[in-house]
This record gives sequence, structure tokens and C-alpha cells, in this order.
Amino acid sequence: MTKIGLEIHCQLTNLQSKLFCSCKANYREFKINENICPICMGLPGSLPRLNQEAVKKATLIAMALNCTTPNKIAFFRKNYFYPDLPKNFQITQLNIYGDTSIGGTGSIMVGDKKINITRIQLEEDPGRLIYEGSSSKNQITLVDYNRAGTPLVEIVTEPDFENPKHVREFLNILSDLLENLGVSDPSLEGAMRADANVSIEGGKKVEVKNIGSFHDLEKAVHFEITRQNSLHDRDIAIIQETRHWDDKRKITISSRSKEEELDYRYFLEGDIPWITIDPEIREKLKLEMPESISSKKERYVSKYNIPPQVADVLSSDKFYSELFDKSHTESNAKEIANIITTDLMGLVDTREKREESKITSTHLRDLADSIQSEKISRISAKNALHEILKTGKSVADVISELDLGTVSNESELSEIIKEVITSEPEAVEQAKSNPQTINYLVGKIMQKTKGKADPKLSLDLLKQQLDDS
Amino acid sequence: MSLKISALEYVQQVQNGNIYAEDFIAKTLEHINKVDEKLHAFLSVNEDAINQARIIDKKIKSGDKVGSCFGMPISIKDNMCIKDSKTTCGSKMLENFIAPYDATVISKLKQQDAIFIGKVNLDEFAMGLTTEFSAFGPSKNPWNTEFVPGGSSGGSAVSVSAFECSMSLGSDTGGSVRNPASFCSVVGYKPTYGLISRYGLISYANSIEQIGPLTRTVKDTAFMLNMISGLDPNDNTTIDNKNVDYLSGIDSGIEGKKIGIIKEMIAEGTDPAVLSATNDAIAKLEGLGAICEEISIDMVKYSVAAYYTITATEAGSNLARYDNLRYGYDFPVEGYEFNSYISKARKKFGPEVTRRMIIGGFVPSAGHAGKYFLKAMKVKSKLTKEIDEAFKKFDFLIAPTVPILPFKLGEKINDPVALFLVDINTVTANLTGKPAISIPFTISNGLPIGMQLFADSMHDKSLLQAAYALEQTVKLPEVPI
Repeated sequence: MTKIGLEIHCQLTNLQSKLFCSCKANYREFKINENICPICMGLPGSLPRLNQEAVKKATLIAMALNCTTPNKIAFFRKNYFYPDLPKNFQITQLNIYGDTSIGGTGSIMVGDKKINITRIQLEEDPGRLIYEGSSSKNQITLVDYNRAGTPLVEIVTEPDFENPKHVREFLNILSDLLENLGVSDPSLEGAMRADANVSIEGGKKVEVKNIGSFHDLEKAVHFEITRQNSLHDRDIAIIQETRHWDDKRKITISSRSKEEELDYRYFLEGDIPWITIDPEIREKLKLEMPESISSKKERYVSKYNIPPQVADVLSSDKFYSELFDKSHTESNAKEIANIITTDLMGLVDTREKREESKITSTHLRDLADSIQSEKISRISAKNALHEILKTGKSVADVISELDLGTVSNESELSEIIKEVITSEPEAVEQAKSNPQTINYLVGKIMQKTKGKADPKLSLDLLKQQLDDS
Repeated sequence: MSLKISALEYVQQVQNGNIYAEDFIAKTLEHINKVDEKLHAFLSVNEDAINQARIIDKKIKSGDKVGSCFGMPISIKDNMCIKDSKTTCGSKMLENFIAPYDATVISKLKQQDAIFIGKVNLDEFAMGLTTEFSAFGPSKNPWNTEFVPGGSSGGSAVSVSAFECSMSLGSDTGGSVRNPASFCSVVGYKPTYGLISRYGLISYANSIEQIGPLTRTVKDTAFMLNMISGLDPNDNTTIDNKNVDYLSGIDSGIEGKKIGIIKEMIAEGTDPAVLSATNDAIAKLEGLGAICEEISIDMVKYSVAAYYTITATEAGSNLARYDNLRYGYDFPVEGYEFNSYISKARKKFGPEVTRRMIIGGFVPSAGHAGKYFLKAMKVKSKLTKEIDEAFKKFDFLIAPTVPILPFKLGEKINDPVALFLVDINTVTANLTGKPAISIPFTISNGLPIGMQLFADSMHDKSLLQAAYALEQTVKLPEVPI
């Protein structure tokens, strides 16, 4: 049986500062080596100053994954030389000297399968290496330390996955969960990375490192299973090793470095005293914990009668579910859910578009109310949405400026219908025997009014005129 | 105007208008110029000191608020960062390292209008107890320049003893303040772990070391503690001491106090002169109304072994950052691959640091940790338990600071094991986090002997009271400089 276990690294991107200093946790907007200080550069004499907020956020993750949370946590040093590591050791956590990591064993349901969590630890991210030069002979390595010291949470799972699809389902749930908790923005480049342990029946465990995105993780796992199966088919032994994911070629390559033989000489980080996490703090965190995705979904379905598929899509996206929760009322909830999932999600489908969009909960509420009171048709509503996203103008202004208001003036509509009947004699003839053709004629009316015709009134008037003719 | 005054006497004289900071600094610099060629306490001298003194004099004259140091010259062990000045750690590895920030103790003293007269010598990265492991040559004992001044804060002790400054800051990982204080006949203080911020002190063994003052009197030490102790957001291991005033009530005496004499610290191998000094100290304390009694702290026997195992482990990790990539000395990286570059760059470490790096790579490694590092940690916790037990019965513990007299330069440098044993009486305070003080006690054949008192954690104030009481019974000749 194929077994897959994951080690997921998630940056706490929503924090203000790094794990041990006041440099920005959001290093992405800085020029190279400008988001650094004596502490994250490990300058002689500097000491780590623990970011208490990071401890809280990591505890929140542990609780959301149903992990045990110890009363006291400790940090350890993982000693190894690497150019991206300013101190040549990483401050991290482990459980070999008792349960001192921020999260112990836990689990999460993926579909109807339970995935067990081994441990959750809080640690510092290293810097970033940039390679320049074409051949290996004249290659130079540059180091950008802006990322060094960024708070990172490592989530280690048991080898409970059986196939890449399974892995993907878990990752989708996990990244929605992390986003919903408000601890991380998984869409940021490098915010989520992973290592995978893969073994097939009768083979040794192979660790695949250096996977830079969840998208590639699924591919890497798939590649590794195929590779191991083909070895197995040819009776070649699968050895225990560490392999690296080659991002460009989309394959795994055996690491020539003897990483697995490294002795990290773990010992307690004396510069950070043991931290007591009082039960009161945990209780407080529990109260502050945002509503879980599954509970949101449940609420949307039972309270507002929103179809389960729509509720599913809406609840798993933090941005849209928050917009929904802020804008809806008892009476317009279904309409708003509909606007978000059928129109808005298509129009605003990237991070950049979300940041640029000017839409507010008020817009959504007004728009839904306008549809429900038949001031505006659904088709026009989509046009209005387009304009609101760009300009942020009020729904009333957009309707009047773009002349989107429903045409419900009977004589005006009658004139238009007359024109349609005159220009479509064939369809009119057919409509007498085939009711489907009536829809075609209504479409023509909509076309002429740019979607503004009151649909119900149009249909009534059309039927009347057809009967009269 | 004499340089031979205590720090508090300096303060008084400046306040009385008897001396000016500028004159005192000028005279100090002149004196350093004269004697330091022989003593080699200083690695660098503050070129701007006179200007700084002038500014402080102006403040005094115009009646502005002046910090409690009034421009007194303070020397700083060269393992503490002063912004924009060289911090070498006595190592070729950091020969050109210019600190871009101030250590917490430095910024606190700057606020008090101290003048940092210079950076003083130490064994490389504070590893040693003679200054002979300084990459820039040893300091000499002012009592007899053929003898070692002790270490690793040897430069601090020499500069205080030879009147090259009013006070000094050293660091004490296993006795590095108290040992040279004892050898040079000055007061040396290792506070409770966490009492003074280590931010800006270059780590050697961070879980047990502390910055500590070296002064001419116990009162001066209390004065210094008032300025530099307490909670620091930049050092998570600091303790809130509620701004205790260490000077007030320093003359409270020790009548009725119980003092334990640590048997294992006056055991075989103790120099007879040191032993008799200890007995003399006990008699004097009893004369002051204290009750003295012998006590056995069994784990002391293993303390030095545990100390070297733990410090080597931490040093191996703390000194790993010196790969010369981000700062260090001039050695271009072109043509090297990472691992070959750093192993070559790190050859700049001297022999003692190299020795401890090798030990530090071995004792905590997989397969050996159980036999060495974890065992050492066990000794540390058992020793702490024993000492905690002892403090249930006693207010203070006493032992000579060093079991032997100062020795000649070069005498023990090739015998690291013999050197290690000089630490036997000092490492206990570090391993247990307790405060300890060495005060000048007597002179034997022209060489100083210091006496050491210990107290329980956060009993620093009462420890200073006891040390002050004992200090009052001592009359010593002037240093022959």
C-alpha cells in the first residue's frame, strides 16, 4: 500500500513582525537585504526576542487541528551550517525531550477519512538563496536575508495519505482552514511549502524536499509514486533517501548532499525561557477563534436555505464568506450568495483583483435588494457589479448613470415587443405551436433593451400580443 | 588630583566641584599611556573621551541634568557591543567587526553619562582564565607583571586594579569576572542569572553567563548594579528586580547570619596560603556575629566536568555564526564553495576556541549526548538541588575564589586540564544561576587572594551587604604600580 506523509511549512504572513525581532513578517515588499536587523542577521551579541503573537497564532492552528496543546513550550536549536541561516542554527521546536512543541497529536477529517497530525512546531524561516551564473563552474550564490526569521509553523502528518488526490483534498482543506483562521494568506508566493515522505508496498521511505507550492506537491507525490512503482516492477530496491523536487523539470532528483546523515545536535535554546501557556489564554483563544468552515456551511444551508454546493464554495473562502456575513439580511441572503458565487467570484478571481476591488458589503446588500424589488434585472446587476468593482460608486448612482433601471413602462415595452414581432415573423409563427420559442422572443426583447426589460412584464405583454395577433 | 579613588568618591568630588571630568579623563588617558604598554589591559582606547568629558562638564556647569556617572571612565570587556566601535572578542575572527548597535548595559551607562575609556583584553571569546588565549597577547598582573592577571576578564581586572579606569564591566561564564578580580585584588561580581541584560554581550555559553562589574569597592559594585540591572525587553531571560536600590542599607551587617563553608572548595590541592586566608575570613565573619558551619556539596566534584561539557556544547552553537560571510575579516569568497570557504575562514580561531569547538561538536552529538551532554545537564540540576537545599539552612556560602595563587605567564598554558581545575570554586555559581562575589582579602608573597561569598537567587542585595561587612575588616597594601 502506498503511504504518504507530509511536512507542511506555513508562514504566519498575517503577523506584523518576524519571530524574534521587529522586522516585518511581510518581507515581500522590500528590496534585497533591507528587511534585516542585528537580531535576524544573528549579529554577535544579539538575542532572540520572542513574538508572543506568533505563539498565539500557532496555538490557534494547533487547536483548529484538534491537537493537544502543552502547558509549557520550549525552543531548541537545530545546528547546521548553511548560507541562508545567519546564526548557522535554526531556532525550532521538537518533542524528543518531552512534549514541548506548540501542538501535539491531533487530526482532521478529509472527506470521510481521518488524517492524523503528529505535531505542530513554531520556528524561524531561513533567508533565500539566489543563484546566478549559467554553468556550475562559474555559478555564484547570493543570499537575501529579508525572509530570515519569518514565523513559520510546521505541520507534520502521519503517513495517512494513499494517493496524490487525497493529498490535494487535504491541502485544499488545510489552506482554507489557515486562511479562515486569519493566520496566513496561502495565496502569497512561498507562504506554503511542503516536504513529502513517500513509500510504496515493500519499499523504503523516500523524502522529497524543496516543494515550493501545494500545486507542485501533488505533482511531486505523483511523480515519486510512479518512479518507485517502476523501480519495483523492475525488481530494483527502493532505498531510503532524500530527493529534491526539480521545479523546472518537474521530477525528483536524488540529493547528493548527505543531508540525512547530518547530526543537528539539538539542545535547548537558553535565550528563550520556557513559555507557559495558561489555560485562560487557551480559553480566550478559543473564544476568539473564527467560526470554522464546516460550521459556516452548515449555518448557510440550514438558516438561509442556500443550496449545499453554493454554501460549500462560499464558506471555504474567507474573503467572500466575510463579505457575505457582513452584507446579508434574512430576506436577501440567498440572493447575495447567488451574486457572490455566480458573478463576483468570476469577476474577482485573483489576489490582485481582490485588493483592487472597491466592493463593500453595502454594495452587495443594495444590489440584492434592487434585484428583489425588481428595480434591476439580474443581467443588469452583473453589469452594475462590473462598474462598482472599478469605481466603488453606490448602486443607485451606477444604475442611474449607466441607465440600468428596469424598463417596466408598459407602453414603452409594448412598442419594443411590436418591433420584435414584426422582425421575427418565423419565430412568431412557431411560437404558436412551440412554447420554447417564446423564450427566444423574450431573449430578443432583452437584447433590444440591453437586458433591462422587466422579464415578467415582458412575458405577459408578449403572450398578450401573440394572442392578439 | 589622584586617580586612586573609588567610583563613588569620584562622583562626590565632581559634585563638590573639586575635579572636572575633563581633567580626570585626561589624567586617566595619560596614565594608560604610561602603564598600559607594560600591562596590556586595553585593546583600544576611546579617542573621543576628552570631548565627551568636556560636554559633560558643560552640562554640570550649566546646571543641566547629569547622569550619575558624571563622566567617569569605565572600561568595557571587548565582548560587549558599543555602537560604531570595534568589538573583537579578543579574536582574529572579529578583528574588524564594528558593532552597529549598543549593548543594553552600554545604552544604560550612556544615559548615566559614563565615558567608555576603552575596550579591554580577554581570552578569545572569553574562553580561558589567564588572558593568554587573547589573539592580541596577554595582559599582565599589576601586582607582578610576570604573573597572569586571571581571566577571561583579565583586562577589566587589570584596568581597575591599576587605576586605568574607575570601574569595568566583564562577563562571567565560569568565573571570568571573579577569577581575575581575585588575582588582581579587586571586587568582582557575578549577579543572579537574568539580573543584567546580556543583549549585546557576545555569547559564549548563554545559559549560564552574566555581565558583572569589577570595581575597587563593594559599594561601587552596588552603584553599578543600580544602573545596569533589571528587566530588558531585548533579553527574554532578564528578571524584574523591581528597581531594588543595592546601595541603601549596604552597611546593615551580618549579625546572626548563617554562613556555610563549602568543604569541597577547600579540599586537597588548595594552596596553604589560600586555606589560611579562608580560615581567617571565617574568623572575621564570626567576629561580626555570623554563625559559620561546614557543609558538603557533593556535586561540586563533578561541576567542572559538567561545566566544560555544557559550555563547549553552547559555544559550538554560539560560535557557528562566525563563517565570515556577513562580517569578519578580509578574505574573499571567490572561487570557494560554501563548506570549503567556511572551514578555511574558521581557521582564524585560536587554539583554545578550536579545542572547545571540537569538544562542542562531539559531546552533544547523536550517540554521545547521553554519555556526555545529557549527563552534564543532570549534574547541573543535581548541583542546583543541593545548593537550593543549602540555602534553606544558610544565608550565605563561603569559599576562596580560586584554590591557588596567581601563577606565572606561560606556566600552565600548555596544560589545559590543570587550567580547567582552577575553575573548581567558581563554576558552581554559574551552573546554578546564583549570585557570587569575590572581594580582595589578603596578599601572600606579593600576590592577591580573593574571598568568595554566594547567596541564593535574587538575594543580590543581602550578598552585597555581607561582602561589604567582610570588606570593612580588610586592610590591603597599595598595588605596586
